Amino acid sequence: MATQLKIRVNERQWTVAASPDTPLLYVLSNELLLQGPRFGCGLAQCGSCSVLVDGVERRSCVTPVSAVQGKSVTTLEGLPAWYAAQKKVSPPPALHPVQQAMIDEQAVQCGYCFNGMIIKASELLSKVPKPDEAQIRSAMNGHLCRCGAYPRVIKAIQRASQAMAEVTK
Amino acid sequence: MSLRRRNFLKAGGALVIGFNLRSVLSAQEPAGRGETPGPPDPKQVDTWLAIHADNTATVYIGFAELGQGNSTALLQVAAEELDLEMSQIKTVRLDTNVTPNQGGTYSSASIQRGGPQLRTAAAEARFALLKLASEKLNTPVDRLTVSKGAVSVSGNAAQSVTYGALVGGELFQLPFTGSAPVKPVSEYKVVGKRVPRNDTPDKVSGKYVYMQHVRVPGMLHGRVVRPRGQSAYGAGAKVVNVDESSIRNIPGARLLRRGDFIGVVAENEWDAVRAAQQLKVTWDTTPTLPGSGALYDQMRSAKTTDRVVADRGDVAAAITQAAHVAAAKYRGPYQAHAPFGPNCALADVKADSALIMCSTQDVYGTRGGLARLLGMPVEKVRVQYYEGSGTYGHSCYDDVAQAATVLSQLAGKPVRLQFMRWDEHGWDNYGPAHVGEVRAAADRAGNIVAYEYEGWQHGWCGVETTAQLLGTPPAEFPAGAVMGVSALNCGGMYAIPNVRLITHQLPAKDYLKGGWLRSPLDLSFSFASEQTLDQLAYLLGMDPYEFRRRNIKDERWLGVLDAVAQAARWKPGRAASKLSDAKVVTGVGIGVGTHLASYGAAVGVIEVNKETGRVVAKHLYGAIDAGQVVNPAFVENQISGQLVQTASRMFKEEVTLSATNVTSLDWNSYPILRFEECPEVTGVVVQRLEQRSTGAGEEVMAAAAAAIGNAFFDATGVRMHEYPLTPKRVLAALQRG
Repeated sequence: MATQLKIRVNERQWTVAASPDTPLLYVLSNELLLQGPRFGCGLAQCGSCSVLVDGVERRSCVTPVSAVQGKSVTTLEGLPAWYAAQKKVSPPPALHPVQQAMIDEQAVQCGYCFNGMIIKASELLSKVPKPDEAQIRSAMNGHLCRCGAYPRVIKAIQRASQAMAEVTK
Repeated sequence: MSLRRRNFLKAGGALVIGFNLRSVLSAQEPAGRGETPGPPDPKQVDTWLAIHADNTATVYIGFAELGQGNSTALLQVAAEELDLEMSQIKTVRLDTNVTPNQGGTYSSASIQRGGPQLRTAAAEARFALLKLASEKLNTPVDRLTVSKGAVSVSGNAAQSVTYGALVGGELFQLPFTGSAPVKPVSEYKVVGKRVPRNDTPDKVSGKYVYMQHVRVPGMLHGRVVRPRGQSAYGAGAKVVNVDESSIRNIPGARLLRRGDFIGVVAENEWDAVRAAQQLKVTWDTTPTLPGSGALYDQMRSAKTTDRVVADRGDVAAAITQAAHVAAAKYRGPYQAHAPFGPNCALADVKADSALIMCSTQDVYGTRGGLARLLGMPVEKVRVQYYEGSGTYGHSCYDDVAQAATVLSQLAGKPVRLQFMRWDEHGWDNYGPAHVGEVRAAADRAGNIVAYEYEGWQHGWCGVETTAQLLGTPPAEFPAGAVMGVSALNCGGMYAIPNVRLITHQLPAKDYLKGGWLRSPLDLSFSFASEQTLDQLAYLLGMDPYEFRRRNIKDERWLGVLDAVAQAARWKPGRAASKLSDAKVVTGVGIGVGTHLASYGAAVGVIEVNKETGRVVAKHLYGAIDAGQVVNPAFVENQISGQLVQTASRMFKEEVTLSATNVTSLDWNSYPILRFEECPEVTGVVVQRLEQRSTGAGEEVMAAAAAAIGNAFFDATGVRMHEYPLTPKRVLAALQRG
């Protein structure tokens, strides 16, 4: 049965009517009309639906909405502000450095997997500011891409890492 | 302005006949556009482009952006001819009421077929604009120059008028004769340049509207209910019993059924998902498939329809007399399109009309199929394109559009249908499995003297699953060039006097539902063909690159071969000459191949773990000659994707089947390449601006498949005769030796 649930998404409080077992993805897509997290497998296998929950990458397709009550959810749309808050940058940039690096490297083909790629890479760089290539591959290994964009995604993450280091200086 | 252009204008009175401007209602969109069913008349310039009052242009393109960048590249072509900046030009979404019919976006056709059409239409419009400017500025056309859509008098920039001021918001009403000369390549400013893609910023920020994002007021969420994994194409799926009470605890969900087609709809998406999973349906489970273990034997022994693709000289005699003969049998699996986001469609079917939004490669083709399904004239059906995730050919986009249409008709409301992962994986139009038997022979000097290829495969299936479940009998696509043995990839790039190519076409109904998967069958052809020829080089004691150079006479094939060898810093030597006892060994291989046009060559560096059987590509190099490349950066990205996808298909991908069903239903049961296994990639574009553009979306894959096979031999001295090169298969081959 649908109940009123309070969730915090992109630093805003929302009240949504949903049964507590509803996967977070369907709430984000249908109630909040967010376009970052998107359906890919519904099985937590591909990373298409990834969001950050308290800064940790989670698969929203298998995360019940009730499980994120009292926590802070960040989607692709909220990533620049999340980054700005972390880095104490004001005002927030239009794009997270990982997003900008994906443009600079022209990494995108169809782009459908890039929500998960960008979310996961942002999580990685928040924990490991200067990952080597093996660390990048290992961290990203649970995110699939069917177009074969992996090599450029790796380059983009390296570029973003450098850009973020320069901001910190 | 070039002389050719000036002469055309002087002679070209016919061009401006009927060039009467008429007022239109909107500043941005010419009147009537979108209100009448298409396709709009291709013989009118207005069909292809519009000039707006703000001195910008809209170009109407009939090709779908599938992630390859064609929506930017085609704008480059139009901007070039019109002398506009990229910031002054845009395109609109494909829509059967708006955009022209240029055929489907497959066979790498966007730039090859679409480029010339758009180029000549833009050239025609530019001439009309110059003529108007000539009158306005009271200056002969040959004294006018154009920059950023502003026409000015040569040497007097102050005397100037913009396109927007000349025709802004008006129709051209000008016949598209196709005779206006186009800009000479030497004057190109935009074509051939690395313009960034226009869709990337929105795709990384979450602003891009994929099909999966589309919602309309009052719609229901739908899901289909089918067996998990298809059975033989001819068998469809037969319902024995549906237990409606099994979803009674989900009051929001409603069961919809017509024949063997079953779906559920609900206002809440999670209700629809749950109901589809929970609904108890008993399906007929009569075995219809050979199962993975017996597939190739069944294919090889089946009754086939045979076709001689090529037969010249006397292959048998030449082989008897030859110094060296290589012969082997090769097998390639069914592989899935498996788009990263399963297909989605939104249909709004009314009593006498229908609007369907979907991710088809061909809006007009899909409209025809939907009209037949609904029993409506095509004029009553409107199809709009929204990009989904990459499709790589005929994934389930037509099927989901048909299924959404049926659900909407049954529900009497708009229905958004999202396929689940197992619907897409399990009911795909798979790239067909293949058996290839090759014989080739060379003389002592290293010349290939004879070549024979016999191939067994079935063709493509012409009836979507939805239509089949509603009772349409299965049918096949007419056998065509791309469904049988390829005269191009099966030795076609070499100068060989005696050649025999035979296609053994299997009946599709006994196999899985087949469809075109990026570079259809080419990976299998080249894996077989190029390994056999590589074996000849080995028998001759020749360097495989040198052997190919010797037997290829066409300079464009030689061009890509040399380009890739140079990029990879090819070291000459006989293959498998550095075998070692080490646990992990490295090999390097080379190969050539293509799809329908263009020229591809690849070098692969791979690593084989002889204890675990694990093979990974360390570095793949791919070179392409696609004639005039409009945007080299896009083609490099395409090569990069093709190389990675080929590694995935050669090492990982295989659709598995039991006697009753496909058992590859998700990313665990159908694994693809991951980050940790991804090779470094190098793409080389052999730019030939003076040559006609040909496809670039799939023409390196066959070469890369061949290079991987040959690299394995170089590393181990063992030929792999079946892919994917899974650890189990590799260990078995190494044991056999």
